Amino acid sequence: MFKWLHPYAKPETVYRLCGRFYPWLMLSGVALLALGNIWGLAFTPPDYQQGDSYRIIHIHVPSAIMSMGTYSAMAIAAFIALVWQVKVAQWSVTAIAPIGAVYTAIALITGMAWGKPMWGTWWVWDARLTSELILLFLYLGVIALSGAFSDRQTGAKAASLLAVIGVINLPVIHFSVEWWNTLHQGASITKFAKPSIDPSMLWPLLISILAFKVLMLALVCLRLRTAILQNEQHRPWVKALVEE
Amino acid sequence: MVALSTFVQRELRLLARQKADWLNPVLFFVIVLSLFPLGVGPEPNLLRLMAPGIVWIAALLSVLLAAERLFKDDYRNGVVEQLVAARQPLLSFVLAKLFTNWLSTGLPLVLLSPLVALLLSINSAEFVAMLLTLLLGTPLLSLLSVMGAALTVSADKGGILLALLILPLYIPLLIFASSAMEAAAMGLPYHGQLAIMLAMLLFAMALIPLAVISALKLNVS
Amino acid sequence: MYFQSMTEFWAMGGYGLFVWLSFGITYALLAVLTAYSHYQHKQFKRQLSARLAREQRVKQYQEQVK
Repeated sequence: MFKWLHPYAKPETVYRLCGRFYPWLMLSGVALLALGNIWGLAFTPPDYQQGDSYRIIHIHVPSAIMSMGTYSAMAIAAFIALVWQVKVAQWSVTAIAPIGAVYTAIALITGMAWGKPMWGTWWVWDARLTSELILLFLYLGVIALSGAFSDRQTGAKAASLLAVIGVINLPVIHFSVEWWNTLHQGASITKFAKPSIDPSMLWPLLISILAFKVLMLALVCLRLRTAILQNEQHRPWVKALVEE
Repeated sequence: MVALSTFVQRELRLLARQKADWLNPVLFFVIVLSLFPLGVGPEPNLLRLMAPGIVWIAALLSVLLAAERLFKDDYRNGVVEQLVAARQPLLSFVLAKLFTNWLSTGLPLVLLSPLVALLLSINSAEFVAMLLTLLLGTPLLSLLSVMGAALTVSADKGGILLALLILPLYIPLLIFASSAMEAAAMGLPYHGQLAIMLAMLLFAMALIPLAVISALKLNVS
Repeated sequence: MYFQSMTEFWAMGGYGLFVWLSFGITYALLAVLTAYSHYQHKQFKRQLSARLAREQRVKQYQEQVK
């Protein structure tokens, strides 16, 4: 399998592949997001308990799911980067981190905007919101570390190592926050039970999740191309490409 | 392990010569602790209620303060580079760093805990819990800060970056340590929290030295 | 269409502010990230070609001086 995969780890090949996939991924991502969100916003009945405010679910849940999915993608890339010293994998860690940070920020902001009408405050120290906030800190740490070195390559390697350390710690952090939350359960928060979701609401949600996933891939392609150029700028193929 | 004792001796000698490196964080710990009553008011009940959080946040900040310079001098004068280039196993160097870092920043906090108990009007049951959590928690704190210091050895911007890296990883320790102290204050058993802290410490002891070694290597190459 | 009229759609049953706020911020953040990534790519290519052109000019000048 590695013999078959190895030519694809060549930066030039990855650059061209990403360039070929990017427009299609971007277009289909935007189209899927429009489809899922318009369907969810306009063509589904409101929730019997939460009214129309529940429609925030169509971006809150996809961004929350994909903020964790993006972290695992970054951690897998980091693991490959550390074990097999694949350069493209190192650069993709630095390319993925800002996307994950933006997704996490979206999940936090929409969670707050949903919490205001439901809980009455913008922020509660709810287990999921707190975990998401810590995830944002982890992403910011990776971004800050990758940019802190004068040598770009060292930054990418250090960020990979931090991403792997973070993914080992993530379950510990998650469960400790959950445990802490059950310990300090405030009386003011009334947790509404998770109802089984109606299929008419489920389809647009699934489409939106897919849209966030495809958009993530598109953005990774775009950002990885820049990272490849930056790291390979002294190679002949980059010079030929720029002088075209 | 001849090398380990050599490295430990070297670290201890360095610490004995640069007293500010380990005295300043300890002073900082005491100052932060004495600032809290000034900020929130000297009400003993309030202070006792907030003591677990205050103690552990102050401990983290003071250990962070000490961590920044941990590898900087060795990196600047080429010790780390020579060790990597000589293909010496870095493990004994890292273990010596960890041990002396705990000795110089963690242990003083444990020794200072009676004073802390007096300042924050903590009763004796809580004091025992605080002592136990500090004993179990400060080595973990040292491990985390050594890892952060190793990752940022050759970075241009230290300081804030180190805090950003370590703080999220430190959250489980903060949660369990302060909850053990709270449980002690309410007269509840807190063996569970201590057991989890011990588990985290052992887990970190097994993995973090490896991470430190690879972090040092990638900073040199 | 579930809603009766456009005004009802914008009002979102009284939750309009929160719904449109979160959707608006989401689209804005995604758009900013995409635009910034595009800008970074273009900017780097421009800088690199400028640097290569400068190196080319220096080389030409040195040959002339000889």
